[in-house]
Amino acid sequence: MPLISYREAINQALAEELERDPNVVLMGEEVAQFNGAYKVTEGLLARFGAKRVIDTPISEAGFIGAGIGASMLGVRPVMELMFWSFYSVAFDQILNNAANVRYMSGGLINVPIVIRGPANGGTNVGATHSHTPEGICAAHPGVKVVCPATAYDAKGLLKSAIRDNDPVFFMENTILYNDKGEVPAEEYLIPLGSADVKRQGTDLTIVAHGRAVINSLKAAELLKAEHDISVEVVDLRSIRPLDEETILASVRKTHRVLLVEENKPFCGVGAQISYIIQSKAFDDLDAPIKRVSAIDAPAIYSKPLEDEQLPNPQRIRNAVLAML
Amino acid sequence: MPFPSSKKSATAEEKSTGSKDFDGAVSAAVSKSAQAAINVKLTAEQKIEFYRTMLRIRRFEERCIRSYAQERKIGGFLHLYIGQEAVAVGCCSVMQENDQVITAYRDHGHAIAVGMPLNPLMAELYGKVTGCSKGKGGSMHFFDPSRRYWGGHGIVGGQVPLGAGLAFGLKYKGIKGAALTFLGDGAVNQGAVHEAYNLAALWDLPVVFIIENNGYSMGTSQARSSAGDLAKRAEGYNMAWDVCDGHDFYQVREATEKFLALAREKSKPSILEIKTYRYRGHSVSDPDSTYRDKAEIEEYRRTKDPIQLFQNTLVAEHVLNDALIEKIDTEAKEEAENSAAFAEASPYPTVEDISKDVYWEEDNPSQKKSQGRIFFD
Repeated sequence: MPLISYREAINQALAEELERDPNVVLMGEEVAQFNGAYKVTEGLLARFGAKRVIDTPISEAGFIGAGIGASMLGVRPVMELMFWSFYSVAFDQILNNAANVRYMSGGLINVPIVIRGPANGGTNVGATHSHTPEGICAAHPGVKVVCPATAYDAKGLLKSAIRDNDPVFFMENTILYNDKGEVPAEEYLIPLGSADVKRQGTDLTIVAHGRAVINSLKAAELLKAEHDISVEVVDLRSIRPLDEETILASVRKTHRVLLVEENKPFCGVGAQISYIIQSKAFDDLDAPIKRVSAIDAPAIYSKPLEDEQLPNPQRIRNAVLAML
Repeated sequence: MPFPSSKKSATAEEKSTGSKDFDGAVSAAVSKSAQAAINVKLTAEQKIEFYRTMLRIRRFEERCIRSYAQERKIGGFLHLYIGQEAVAVGCCSVMQENDQVITAYRDHGHAIAVGMPLNPLMAELYGKVTGCSKGKGGSMHFFDPSRRYWGGHGIVGGQVPLGAGLAFGLKYKGIKGAALTFLGDGAVNQGAVHEAYNLAALWDLPVVFIIENNGYSMGTSQARSSAGDLAKRAEGYNMAWDVCDGHDFYQVREATEKFLALAREKSKPSILEIKTYRYRGHSVSDPDSTYRDKAEIEEYRRTKDPIQLFQNTLVAEHVLNDALIEKIDTEAKEEAENSAAFAEASPYPTVEDISKDVYWEEDNPSQKKSQGRIFFD
């Protein structure tokens, strides 16, 4: 099976969907001529032309609003936010218009857009460029939110997202762009709303999404090697819709849960997962639910401290040890 | 306030000097646009229908006031279109089969102008399930995609990038058409509006941005809101622009058609500022006492009422007479009254309805591909 990078996987998904459906159009800053700020859209302008792959001015509210308007007529824009941190520049368009237009029209309209881009910290770029708004976006009924951690998941989920007739927010990670994984050459789709057990285990369940999954897997290796502890890692993959069943099945198996997330603690994704677990699997828990989130402050610049602020494998390992 | 009927009876009621000046001043201005190609070709029936539509908007809005203030059947926001009728009806009357329209929250006039029936509109205001948005939108969110009318939007200026997007969509799909994107004088300073102007000019989008300038952004006059002229800002984006009188129905048609043609034929955007005026406050909660004189409102009512002016024009053209004027008014009032009765008799949505119309997939389960849980409690 081909071994390709997360970046390449996204590029393939975009190319395949551009090929498949003439209504699909890419828009964003530097996506065309520059080949993408992170080279995710490399080669797509050359292959599909300027009508399908469009460079926008720095104008998030404008071009995302325009994409939403065009989608009401059946165009299927896949719009890039160079950093998901820039969502706040277009907040009204994203979380008032895209999220609500269907509802406020009583179901007469749908908005088949995808907004994609990296949502992550850990790159030494400071507080305004390090946001992870998956929880904030998922808090709005009307939108779907997806956070793939691997190349395989990224390709399958992006294709599903583009074919989805609702607004889907696809959150990548610049640090994962070079990660390689096995990705089938044949076409495949991963449905939204399905989690994936990335590592089977028996002593404790970690529930995570995005890069926190990768760090949790590293922590699980350390725990096995150093303490013979068997950790199960559940990768949410999809925040909204959410695969509750897979989470609960794991909880019923291990009876201890650690939530790991790169977002900040208050009302983060973990807060929502925690509510569901205690509500539906209370009697299956042998201990309170714990979490490792980003340390509660704006993203710090100083590199060694930024690494400590995020849920790194050492912090995760220490949290697991404290629970057992 | 009783609506003046034909010129003849108005003269009897009005002070003689006032109405004489009024008649003289109006006829010269009106006749110029009446000769424009887009107006000369109109039949008497079409003219009567436009007049009727404007009056139907007026009577509907007046019935809304009663439903809101006296009967307390309508809650929340209500931004009335009274005084601005010639703008929506005039602009929408020159739309062709692929043109699209979008506006802000003072949207009742546009909804009626594109042909939405009154019953679902009033029912929507009453929050009933028979409303045009199933009671889920309210006054600011009337939509009718089948009539190419895309709302009805609450955030000032938020609809303007959407309008640029409608134009983008038309161009992308190779459809020859234009997107009429309405905004108020209060919206022109929103960042998103400037972003939309830039995109439209940069990408040659077939959009006509129509600034309905009624002089006030809630309680703040244009002079206190905006540096420089409004439509003239188009020059900064190399866009065509113009200003016209929104009290003159024929002029609205002429000016709008010129820019619609520019959009359709050349795929070039433009900004058309239409000067108009609202007699009522920003919304029904606006006491309308802090920012303008009653005398100013009265002056507009007396000398620049768009419906009265067009009535005068059509009487002079021998298209309308007293009997027909009376009949149209009676029918308009009756239609508005019936819509209130329909709304009153209609049921509310159910609690189960709250979770519908959120996601296309959930509303189309046979085509659903996603798994997992989409709603939470």
